[in-house]
Amino acid sequence: MTAYAYYPGCSLETMGRAYHLSAVETARALGIDLRELPDWNCCGATAYFHIDELLAYTLCARNLALAEQAGLDLVAPCAGCYKNLRSAATKMAEDADLAEHINEALTADGLRVSGATRVRHLIEVLIEDVGVDRIRERVRVPLTGLRVAPYYGCQVVRPQRTGAEAEEVRFFEDLIAAAGATPVEYPERLRCCGGSLIATQRPVALSLVHEVISGAAARGAQVIATLCPLCQINLECYQGQARRVHGGPRPVPALYFTQVLGLALGIPARRLGIGRELVRAEAVLAACRRAATNAGAAA
Amino acid sequence: MARSLSFTGEIANLLYAAQPNPVQACIQCGTCSASCPVAGFMDHSPRQLIAMIRAGQREAVLRSNTFWTCASCYLCTVRCPAGIDIAYLMYGLKRYTIWRNRHAPGLIGPAFSRAFMRMIVRTGRSWEPALAPAYLGRRGWRGVIDEMRVAGALFLRGRLPLRPRWIRRRRALREMLRHIIPVGGPA
Repeated sequence: MTAYAYYPGCSLETMGRAYHLSAVETARALGIDLRELPDWNCCGATAYFHIDELLAYTLCARNLALAEQAGLDLVAPCAGCYKNLRSAATKMAEDADLAEHINEALTADGLRVSGATRVRHLIEVLIEDVGVDRIRERVRVPLTGLRVAPYYGCQVVRPQRTGAEAEEVRFFEDLIAAAGATPVEYPERLRCCGGSLIATQRPVALSLVHEVISGAAARGAQVIATLCPLCQINLECYQGQARRVHGGPRPVPALYFTQVLGLALGIPARRLGIGRELVRAEAVLAACRRAATNAGAAA
Repeated sequence: MARSLSFTGEIANLLYAAQPNPVQACIQCGTCSASCPVAGFMDHSPRQLIAMIRAGQREAVLRSNTFWTCASCYLCTVRCPAGIDIAYLMYGLKRYTIWRNRHAPGLIGPAFSRAFMRMIVRTGRSWEPALAPAYLGRRGWRGVIDEMRVAGALFLRGRLPLRPRWIRRRRALREMLRHIIPVGGPA
């Protein structure tokens, strides 16, 4: 087992509880030990960055310092937390004055950031540290025939990747294929879901939800896989409102990538938090049953 | 005698601290506006807003809803051929108008951000229901009913956060945040 400091983030405590459950279970099945960072605090989301940048970086830095104390790399399952924590680490490494100013504040809690901790997103750890080939070897319930739309959203990819690298990522498709499912090709995979606007600019957010859902539905997706709790909540809980305004597609369930992968690894649905959806993921469970029947027939 | 800074200079300074390329580097190609998924909801496209900043149109820029409509998706930033971090500029403009209390009227964003910050300073973690008053009353009956419907569905599936979460060392956190002097006045 390889250990990482695990930063769940506020959304995973309740609305995105299923992501927490499935992240821990799926990681464990792949030899990864996620150790929750003791007494972690909010990363500041986007709202804190609207008020004061230095305060926002200081909030992130407290978590970086806690991970350094644990001597582990920091893993975030939320794309927003990942982007914030990562940009705080990068800014502090690039700007010694900024780092000094923040470290001065951190002394109030007996903490310090030296720059030893790397910030990773959970999917990065699975792709880079475990590897798609090893994941494929561990799949016991290949989700054959299930059409899964990989939804990258924004902040796992941008702004740290630029140019062609930001437009042509394929790691999520590769992961879905490793689970035995069929990755759906659709142009909205890197388009914003509007998660940060759902409370403040509802009509704007709903138009973005509509684009992503209808893009995936038009290409036959049976489920959308997400790697961020804000994307998941936005796409799942607000697709009904988006449909009322914009008309359009049939309901499409949105699961966490760790739930889809966890099922393929043979972890029972209940332990992955499946069953708490507002849009039921019936096609996914049917694919599992088919795989089980096939395995039974083969044996 | 101290020279006062032009509006264009002030906005450029928002970027100077961290970014190599100021708004002056913009070639007005419009890649940002064409890439932006929410440009249709902005009263000025990102390209137009940069042109207005460079023309020193202070009042029109501050009144614009453009940066409060930005979804922080960073498509403009990673595509800009002049290397300007446009999403970062939008954050800078939000802060600028919040510090000066000069944002466009009728926006939910500034009140929401302030409520969010107060909550984090108090508890150290986010708890969505504490934010509802900042936006719920602004959307009319239909909006309230919609929100109740989503909340009810989440509640039935055990996904509604009923109790706020607190970090243990929140006193130390507040002490820590007091060390940071906000650059532009009270939040």
